[in-house]
Amino acid sequence: MDLFEYQGKSLYQDYDISHPKSSLVKDPKELQELKGLSYPVVVKAQVQVGGRGKAGGIKVANNHDELIELGNQIYGMDIKGHKVEVLLIEEASEILEEYYLSFTLDRSAKKYLMMLSSKGGMDIEQVAKDNPKDLVKLHISPSKGLDKKDLDESIIEANLNQKYKNELSEIISKLYELFEEGDCDLVEVNPLAITNEGVMALDSKVALDMNAKFKHENFQILEDEIPIPEEEKFAKEKGLNFIKLDGFVGIIGNGAGLVMSTLDVVAEHGGSASNFLDIGGGAKSETVSAALEVLETDPNVKSVLINIFGGITRCDLVADGIVEATSGKKLKWPIIIRLDGTNSQEGLEILKNNPNDNIFISENMDEAAKLAVESGV
Amino acid sequence: MAILIDENTRVVVQGLTGREGQFHALRNRDYGTNIVAGTRPGKGGENIESIPIFNTVEEAVKEEGANVAMTFVPPAFAKEAVLEAAFAGCELIVCITEGIPAKDEAEMYDIIKKETNSKLLGPNCPGLISPGKSNVGIMPHEITKQGNVGVVSRSGTLTYQAVHELTQLEIGQSTCIGIGGDPVPGMSFIDVLEEYEKDDETSSIVMIGEIGGSAEEEAADFIKNNISKPVVSYIAGVTAPPGKKMGHAGAIVSGNKGTALAKMDALKDAGVNVVSNPTKIGNAIKKVI
Repeated sequence: MDLFEYQGKSLYQDYDISHPKSSLVKDPKELQELKGLSYPVVVKAQVQVGGRGKAGGIKVANNHDELIELGNQIYGMDIKGHKVEVLLIEEASEILEEYYLSFTLDRSAKKYLMMLSSKGGMDIEQVAKDNPKDLVKLHISPSKGLDKKDLDESIIEANLNQKYKNELSEIISKLYELFEEGDCDLVEVNPLAITNEGVMALDSKVALDMNAKFKHENFQILEDEIPIPEEEKFAKEKGLNFIKLDGFVGIIGNGAGLVMSTLDVVAEHGGSASNFLDIGGGAKSETVSAALEVLETDPNVKSVLINIFGGITRCDLVADGIVEATSGKKLKWPIIIRLDGTNSQEGLEILKNNPNDNIFISENMDEAAKLAVESGV
Repeated sequence: MAILIDENTRVVVQGLTGREGQFHALRNRDYGTNIVAGTRPGKGGENIESIPIFNTVEEAVKEEGANVAMTFVPPAFAKEAVLEAAFAGCELIVCITEGIPAKDEAEMYDIIKKETNSKLLGPNCPGLISPGKSNVGIMPHEITKQGNVGVVSRSGTLTYQAVHELTQLEIGQSTCIGIGGDPVPGMSFIDVLEEYEKDDETSSIVMIGEIGGSAEEEAADFIKNNISKPVVSYIAGVTAPPGKKMGHAGAIVSGNKGTALAKMDALKDAGVNVVSNPTKIGNAIKKVI
């Protein structure tokens, strides 16, 4: 789960990682009362999209009046489809040097990866492309952790200002601690800066591994602060993995791989999916009826394809859910159903015993997709 | 032959007393798998449907000769359980558990690799089955058939789909393996492909991939230089929107690497027959056998 900058910085606070003094504004009326920061300050739009600076979402205010003016200007702005509803007001520091630092998992090496560069404050992907030597990479053994000596060597190799090597080593170690102990998928700081007030993490891009929620009480609090797209809210409440797409064939399936594949096969037959909806493993009948309810809220849906391959999931329970949701109703769209695997015969029997004019059974995935596309056009 | 498991495999089930563990252990035993023990700390001495329960895997290995562990332990305890099985000397650990933190996965992989000789399959995988011999996992054995095609996949239900396509055409499988789609899987495509290449009973291979990561690209490289048997492949996620998480922690598209098209190109370049739709897998294999 990607965090907002201010959320990442609240984690900096927990790990004693120095960062600019700041205030959070969730209503522009609060700007008037804002005290305790010394000017100049930076007004930063809190949106989860890159390029907010270029879009005018980051501005410097030299005094209180400017803060109110710029704050009102940026609040409510639309940055690439993201509405600004939170502002982070930070004391501006005098930046002497800008570096780049990140910790992430290198999936092919199955180790953690630190990347460090003296070329911070700019597009790091471009640096990596043009001057790969400027980006120092250090693999970290997950069982041993970040070795102090390796880190110090990387600081030298990356050509960072040696006058600050102790401070740098300290802040980078703390950022690693946040990454490791804090169960982050990503901790990225650009820039990690040398300022007139010492070394500071000026930005934060943190992503949390939500599988580790059981270890961290604050994950739920952070999650609750992140707005969910309106059309995905209901599905989330029902515990369904749902992503809205642009097409017209509603898709319900079990297992991410099979659902993705269903999307592809629908496309191969000239259609396009209106969503990705995975009912997960071991779904009960309620899950299936909730999935159908979710699709009912989407006016773009013209036909629905239910593609189930039972393993842990039992096809008879899926059929029960379909019957519960559709029995006696006049359906808005045709539903094409394909059931295979665990208890599929029982499932098909249940559907046969509860006929509906708009429900069609198909014997294989390819044919089912074709039918769903044709009946939805 | 088949790979990794066969009629001689002796399975200890970690978490046998849980609902899932029990259901699948008994189902697999009915299929003919030697389920010789279960573990549950504090429940040693009891039994479930005459499967003896031990407090530790070590005891199960010593008393019952278990050599493969099947793990259903909840995410918070899975790392410890998998390491316990590895240190007890299990040759293969099949971790079914879904939802283990990536850090725990990375750490347990690192320790197993450095300090033991065990192989780890999963976590978050459907396990594996050598049809007619042994089922260590949650795959529905009804859709399999004994034969000579080796199947390997990152996805669960998509594996079933592929196996089903083969069986429908009366094409049997030597072994079917789901390696799981998590960020740090134990055995990789390459590890499994290597086993299939060595196995006399396997004459061709089906490899199912999906978007995200670079495991398929790495496998393509390996196939080019090391695999002499024909390979048919399918990659899911051609139409998946970039940058969105699609259920599997693994399925994240990042940059050019990891897209379905990049993976398909790499595989085609390695001489693999890449099909555009999972229902075409069966016929593609039929052509090479």
